[in-house]
Amino acid sequence: MDEVIRVEGLTKNFGQLQVLRGIDCSVKSSEVVCVIGPSGSGKSTFLRCLNGLEEASGGRVLVHGVSVHDNSTDVDALRSEIGMVFQRFNLFPHMTVLDNITLAPTKVRGVALEQAREQARALLIKVGLLDKIDAYPNQLSGGQQQRVAIARALAMQPAIMLFDEPTSALDPEMVGEVLSVMQTLAEEGMTMMVVSHEMGFARRVANRVLFMDEGVLVEEGTPEEVFDHPREERTRRFLSSVL
Amino acid sequence: MEPILWFGWFRADIIAEYGVMFWRGLQMTILVTVICIVQGTALGLAIGLARLADARHSPARQICRYLLRWPSTVYVSFFRGTPLFVQILLIHFAVLPLFINPADGLLISGETARSLKQNYGAFISGILALTLNSGAYISEIFRAGIQSIDRGQIEASRSLGLSFARTMYHVVLPQAFRRMLPPLGNNAIALLKDSSLISAIGLAELAYTARTVAGAYSRYWEPYLSISLMYWTLTLGLAWAVKRLEARYGRGDTR
Repeated sequence: MDEVIRVEGLTKNFGQLQVLRGIDCSVKSSEVVCVIGPSGSGKSTFLRCLNGLEEASGGRVLVHGVSVHDNSTDVDALRSEIGMVFQRFNLFPHMTVLDNITLAPTKVRGVALEQAREQARALLIKVGLLDKIDAYPNQLSGGQQQRVAIARALAMQPAIMLFDEPTSALDPEMVGEVLSVMQTLAEEGMTMMVVSHEMGFARRVANRVLFMDEGVLVEEGTPEEVFDHPREERTRRFLSSVL
Repeated sequence: MEPILWFGWFRADIIAEYGVMFWRGLQMTILVTVICIVQGTALGLAIGLARLADARHSPARQICRYLLRWPSTVYVSFFRGTPLFVQILLIHFAVLPLFINPADGLLISGETARSLKQNYGAFISGILALTLNSGAYISEIFRAGIQSIDRGQIEASRSLGLSFARTMYHVVLPQAFRRMLPPLGNNAIALLKDSSLISAIGLAELAYTARTVAGAYSRYWEPYLSISLMYWTLTLGLAWAVKRLEARYGRGDTR
């Protein structure tokens, strides 16, 4: 299996505060990796470094062998290969659902509008929201907005999808619909990296679980290894507080 | 012409006699306002973006700071910090002669300069002063509008691979524009009214016409009340137009 992302010695400081203290890991094609850990442990910052939303302070991130934080890298081209789903959805409120999905393919990839719309319809069927195609984001529930956001990211046919706490801003009854879309994606072989507090999802869907605390990767392994037989004391303490 | 009295005191015949002059004055006021709204908005956008310019790495970082942010900040501060009336006088009597001057104009000299100054001097100075002034105010509207857009919108757009420029054009500015419409409308109305100050340098717009008529008859109610009603009608029209635009760009609003 080929490597989609490789992270080497990644550090990140916000002023004096060291948020990431040297992270090494890699994600292979079709792998689903869940990142868990207490709030403030640097999970989101880590994810945001992967597509260059955050500058790295040290170390490097390679996506398909291309260094994300190099000045010479065409970061726009790189990002079009990396889908990202945010905690707060971040749909464009002045555009319909359809326009939200077709914007990037038409403007970045130069896909013909009709073709982009055809693809958008297919994606909306996939996330179960074809009837909302002409709605504006504020007319949708949180769960529906997040599913549209997933469709929007998928429209670029990315090599990997990053999910930054995709269900944290949702009412409890809407968490399931988003997670089931994500599970379908995983089963279709999408490469995914998911920062989440949904332990059930991590256990069910992930190939690998990373436990992060205070800016370091404390432990990693299969869901069974991490959840049932954690080696580290910190992991045990975290799991006993959330499970 | 026989005096025509309305309500026993309003000499309507004076207004009728100068009807053509009022009509031309009204056209001039509208022309100046429209030109300055268009130019001021373009200038305001450019200055507003310059005030927000920043980059992560040198030398772009230094260029943004010293060549874009500082000059634009000084510019806005000057034009907001001095009276428009003084700016009009300064530009008409000091700046313009420097560039357009029969003897040694930096831009235009000789006979062309003489006739240009004679025929269009007040028009050029007036438009220049009003554009520069409103550009400073509008740039603040743009800056606030752009800064009011949630960072997540920019991050989502950049994550999809859209460049900074495309993100501005497709995502940030349309949303910011919607929020900027009410202050932009206020600014347009202020601009319309402020155009009357250009009468001080002899541009034949509405206020100038009223002054001329008042001087000829030593009557003040008739000309000044008349142009007041014309300004009022125009500002009402502008306010209505802004409202229409708000409704049009309001799609996707929360309420």
